[in-house]
Amino acid sequence: MSRKLIELDHIFKSYDGQMILDDLNLYFNENKFLTLLGPSGCGKTTTLRLIGGFETPDKGRILFEGKDITNLAPNERPVNTVFQKYALFQHMTIAENIAFGLKIKKKSDQYIKDKIKYALNLVGLNGYENRMPHSLSGGQQQRIAIARAIVNEPKVLLLDEPLGALDLKLRQDMQYELIRLKNELGITFIYVTHDQEEALTMSDTIVVMNQGYVQQIGSPEDIYNEPENAFVANFIGESNIIDGIMICDKCVEILGVKFECVDSGFGTNNPVDVVIRPEDVQLVEPGEGMLDGEVTSLIFKGVHYELDVMANGYEWLVHTTRMVPVGTKVGIHIKPFDIQIMNKPQFSDEEALTTDE
Amino acid sequence: MNKPHLATPYVVWIIGFTVLPLLFVLYYGLTDASGNFTLANIAAIADPIHLKALWLSLLLAFIATTVCLIIAYPLAMIMRKLNLSKGSFIVMLLILPMWMNHLLKTLAWQLLLSNNGIFNTIFVALGMEPVQMLNTSGAIVLGMIYDFLPFMILPIFNALTRIDKDVIDAARDLGANSLTVFRRIILPLSMPGIISGITMVFVPSMTSFVISDILGGGKILLIGNVIEQEFNKTFNWHLGSGISIILMIFVIASMSLMSRRGDKEGGAALW
Repeated sequence: MSRKLIELDHIFKSYDGQMILDDLNLYFNENKFLTLLGPSGCGKTTTLRLIGGFETPDKGRILFEGKDITNLAPNERPVNTVFQKYALFQHMTIAENIAFGLKIKKKSDQYIKDKIKYALNLVGLNGYENRMPHSLSGGQQQRIAIARAIVNEPKVLLLDEPLGALDLKLRQDMQYELIRLKNELGITFIYVTHDQEEALTMSDTIVVMNQGYVQQIGSPEDIYNEPENAFVANFIGESNIIDGIMICDKCVEILGVKFECVDSGFGTNNPVDVVIRPEDVQLVEPGEGMLDGEVTSLIFKGVHYELDVMANGYEWLVHTTRMVPVGTKVGIHIKPFDIQIMNKPQFSDEEALTTDE
Repeated sequence: MNKPHLATPYVVWIIGFTVLPLLFVLYYGLTDASGNFTLANIAAIADPIHLKALWLSLLLAFIATTVCLIIAYPLAMIMRKLNLSKGSFIVMLLILPMWMNHLLKTLAWQLLLSNNGIFNTIFVALGMEPVQMLNTSGAIVLGMIYDFLPFMILPIFNALTRIDKDVIDAARDLGANSLTVFRRIILPLSMPGIISGITMVFVPSMTSFVISDILGGGKILLIGNVIEQEFNKTFNWHLGSGISIILMIFVIASMSLMSRRGDKEGGAALW
């Protein structure tokens, strides 16, 4: 069904001697909502700017529908970009902003007029033609920026953290808006964000990046449920990452206790990282679980409580809807399916981010 | 935080040194020696010598402003492209001469341009005829350009650096080539800077009398020189004030023309 639309072929890029992208190979399929996700400085924005034509790679090729576009200027590429800070032309009306690309393409006045009407309708801002950009709110300005890009009928819309400057509620509304737009337009969206929740909500495919390397490519479910390394597990959602030893296939030893799991192919007596999501840690009566521990902290988070449970020398992060007071003795039970085994990081970019929490 | 009384010293200053002198100029300009109302001092602008001086002032100010703009805009564009440390170094180079005394700089040019100054010495050494440079309109324009160029560069540079790089990228992204980006984006967005630059060069050039005095050798009369002479040499304050009023009308007219244009471009002028 879908075919390769954009291909990044052995891309190298560095600024001032600092390597940003190191032999990046990536392709994007047609009609997908693709997200480049990673912490700041991971190379995701550079990747987007390479596709947009604002940067040229030091080495490597960029292919669009099989054609080499590496050296084409931004105005010669069949893609359009939505910038983080809207980048509207403040000296032009909304209609003039939207018409900018069409006038350059020498479209007829009637065509331009119809397109402006269509685009404003699509982003829900009918009747804003003669307003000036500064009289609009941030969310409205970003909708205009999207309208200005899509009237040119690009095959790919590049979005560089477009919701980053908006407040939380508006950001959530715009997420649904973007999914709707993508479905109505039937074009490919390539979206850059550092917000894992945003990525999980909107994407068909997520590309997780760190330190210029791709860590994992997959659907939101894959990325969340089966992270390939400690970086991905830690960056997407919260998790317990524990040192373990793979005793044999489907059997892993964590904190001195043997657990049944569903993974195989990690060798025998091999050190591994074990990921267990906090919502997958089940609290049972002491003695009835695999480990016994004691609740050391309790925080109410709205939907759930966040607990720390000290058991066998490890402080487990646990999400539960049950209120368990600090000091309570509990047992910990984990289903085999909820244990995810990963190889130990071989490179620094695969390690979990350490934050100053 | 609204404390209007804190503005008192400013109000006193403005009344004492701006409003009152202006009222004096108005009074003297509209009266004769015996204190009777007359328009003769203002009508005196029709005198061919005065008309010629006014015309020359406008012409030289126009030339100086145009040359400043032609030099300043490309320079500001280049400065914008440089990285921050190099850019601010050049800005410093531009600001440095602004700290030097205006009179001193003009006197330096007088020495350089004089008949046995450095340029003519070089010309003679190369076997050429010496050139009369001092005491010409050209020397006056040169002095104006040298003195007022930073006032053109800085507001334009300011306006250019305030243009978000994303906005230019967005225009290119929408299909604009370099020429279109300049014409449709950079030029209109830098218009407030151009306008304040023009105002800041044109107005002092038009009213200058020191530059024309020193580099024109008193042989070329600008309207500023006419006014200065009426006050300081012939002591006819009434005539001097009358012509001052005419000059003021020109200044106010050009400034309001410029600021209206500036408002239309939707940017704050810098003066």
